[in-house]
Amino acid sequence: MAAEIGQFALILALVMAVVQAGLAGAGARWRDPALVAAGRAAAMVQGALVLLAFLVLLLLFVRLDLSVELVARHGHSAQPAVYRLAAAWGNHEGSMLLWILMLSGFGAMVAIGGRELRPAFHARVVAVLGLLSAAFLAFLLFTSGPFARRWPPAPEGAELNPLLQDPGLALHPPLLYVGYVGLSVAFAFAAAALLEGRVDSAWARAVRPWILAAWSALTAGIALGSFWAYYELGWGGWWFWDPVENAALLPWLVATALLHSALVLETRGTLVSWTLLLAISAFAMSMVGTFLVRSGILTSVHAFATDPTRGSIILLIIGGFTGAALALFAWRAPALERGSAFAPVSKESGLVANNLFLMAAGVAVLLGTFWPLVIDLATGDRISVGPPYYALTFVPLVVPLLALVSLGPVTRWKTDRLRDVMARLRPAAGAALLAAAATFALFWSAGWTAALAALGFALAAWLVGGAVLALLRRFRVPGGGFALRLVRTTPASAWGMALAHAGLGMLTAGITAASLFTVSEVAAMAPGQAVDLAGRRLTLESVGRVTGPNWEALEARFRLGDGPGGRTVVAQRRRYPASGQQTTEAGIAFGLLGNVYVSVGDATGGRLAVHAWWHPLVGWIWAGALAMALGGAVAMADRRFRLPAAVRAAPAAVPVPAE
Amino acid sequence: MGRLPFVLPLLGLAALLVALGLGMTRDPKRLPSPLVGRPVPEFALAPLLDGGAPLVASALAGDGEPKLLNLFASWCTSCRLEHPMLMRIAAEGVALYGLDWKDAPEDGRAYLAARGNPFRAVGSDPDGRAGLALGVTGTPETFVIDGRGIIRHRHVGPITAEAWEGTLRPMLARLGAGAAG
Repeated sequence: MAAEIGQFALILALVMAVVQAGLAGAGARWRDPALVAAGRAAAMVQGALVLLAFLVLLLLFVRLDLSVELVARHGHSAQPAVYRLAAAWGNHEGSMLLWILMLSGFGAMVAIGGRELRPAFHARVVAVLGLLSAAFLAFLLFTSGPFARRWPPAPEGAELNPLLQDPGLALHPPLLYVGYVGLSVAFAFAAAALLEGRVDSAWARAVRPWILAAWSALTAGIALGSFWAYYELGWGGWWFWDPVENAALLPWLVATALLHSALVLETRGTLVSWTLLLAISAFAMSMVGTFLVRSGILTSVHAFATDPTRGSIILLIIGGFTGAALALFAWRAPALERGSAFAPVSKESGLVANNLFLMAAGVAVLLGTFWPLVIDLATGDRISVGPPYYALTFVPLVVPLLALVSLGPVTRWKTDRLRDVMARLRPAAGAALLAAAATFALFWSAGWTAALAALGFALAAWLVGGAVLALLRRFRVPGGGFALRLVRTTPASAWGMALAHAGLGMLTAGITAASLFTVSEVAAMAPGQAVDLAGRRLTLESVGRVTGPNWEALEARFRLGDGPGGRTVVAQRRRYPASGQQTTEAGIAFGLLGNVYVSVGDATGGRLAVHAWWHPLVGWIWAGALAMALGGAVAMADRRFRLPAAVRAAPAAVPVPAE
Repeated sequence: MGRLPFVLPLLGLAALLVALGLGMTRDPKRLPSPLVGRPVPEFALAPLLDGGAPLVASALAGDGEPKLLNLFASWCTSCRLEHPMLMRIAAEGVALYGLDWKDAPEDGRAYLAARGNPFRAVGSDPDGRAGLALGVTGTPETFVIDGRGIIRHRHVGPITAEAWEGTLRPMLARLGAGAAG
């Protein structure tokens, strides 16, 4: 019965989405507030119905209703309840329903709020979101109904891929989906603006919280996925340049560009068509990401569920929405561009350069991802594009971008002098030089590695220093000294920006150290034996067998360091009897300066195969990414995003006093 | 500024969609190989593991037992995901041979040490010559070789549970039965 309720709720939600698009669209066209109100109400009802369907799906998994096809294929009685919940969205149908839940939820939020928007524009946004919901609901219902029954019920379910039975991965898809779907809201704003033929700074101010939310969630989601790969795949890699990782990185790069260009549009009213184009592209890229995971056209670590029919329908949805928006763009955008001039040295110029580098890096990733497909289509050959390609293309594009990041916040709008900008950043430049000198002093013998490391650490110091200086400038009173009063009145967006830029610095330091100074040892060890890892002693204490709820494992216990300060590190090789699969549970001793990472193999003749690593500063990669995500969330709290259009004071447009 | 720059994104999208659409008509898992129906090309590789057997093409031929030849590399992410499946296949008693392709031997050894060795013999092919003879374009890739040493099938990409149960296992069973009868 429950499954039928879920199915019925989805069908009603589809009807509601069509009603929402039709009524809100008609209301905007004929300026009829009653029609618009009805459309907004439909959006709220649609959100509630999809939520009901999702809760029903969770209930079916918790109760392990094996008469439902999806549960029989992905739920197993030996699985802990929390992973049975995660299994609800660890498959195609469930993850699409989760996606739609986010889309409908955001749609309902836009319909409920939106007091800061002009009514006709608000109605158009609601209409576009209704169309998107309708397309995805139809896709779910007609190609992959999550509530399909099977007869007779299965005696026992199949198990979720054990690699996915992990808290990190239970959270990773929902976070990414918040990101992707947040970009759909930005898309709806852009499409509505193009339909109206009107874009102004109020538009940018209204859309920026959505971009920030999407960007923060994407950042956190990508970081979580990378962390999962690090501890679950058993060899300590944190980024693979895998097509599906790239599929998350691409919308992230475009969303980062969009975040910054929308700031220019909000404050200075320029870069109108560029910002609209970025909003459409960010959405297109997030859709292509979904498409890549679903269609199986690129073989990948993530291709857990693939199906070409679903792929072609998603392709149709991408083509329809993006194509329509870009056609509108080609028609309307030329008339929208209003320039307000700016000098070559100005915040606008800096942000334009930021956008160009981000987009160039995005194109490099896009080419790397699709080049194997192009070659295959052209010549029938199969090639793979690996890390060396990205080291040669992506990295050289990102280094100048990182150098630019610290300049932006301390440069004035409209016009500035390069010499003044550099003077404001003198302490950051000093910190960068110090970092480079210290790196050379410590790793002189490492040759080119030392030079690369010096560059990486100098950029990291420059980023953190630049973020701190950008904040300090806000606290300074004209004439000298600092005022506590100014700390209190500094807007949340400034704090968020500083946190995000400093996080980027941490990320840079982590990537530099982990890429250049990782040490690894392979040994066949008997209990009592030890290996040396960059000066750290790792002793094998014991090897035994343990059993968990749905697995059994070979467990090795290690001692890291000697004496009372020593730590225990436990590594396992797990076998999941239900599916016959094995996973490596690495033993990790986390530390501020780096992690000791141990992965164990088979025990033969009383000796255990051990692969141990020292990963310096690797934790800074995820800590930095989380700081960036947090920065985005803090910036969302800025009060100017909550002011209605009529009372806005535009505090950000007030230039920071000169020294 | 003319209208053209504003139309370019639309053209870019069209190109992307055409590429993706055409890409979908290709099954990434199924690649014809000119070697199907022909004997295993000649190669002789040093053993990857200390004290292990070398991997010689002639040893893969002619003892009546069908075999699987799997190409892997320590740098290949999909191989990492495929490895548990290989362990399961080996546990079923299938004659599984490994070729460590374009990989530093010490990396290959560490890779197998950490995950277990499902192979009866593993050859080390650091410069990819044997892989070239086999027409390999990437890892993982698996060849089905019949009891007379003739390549019968080429599987590209990781062996999933479906591929094993739906294609490879039935094929091996058929080849094994054919050799017996």
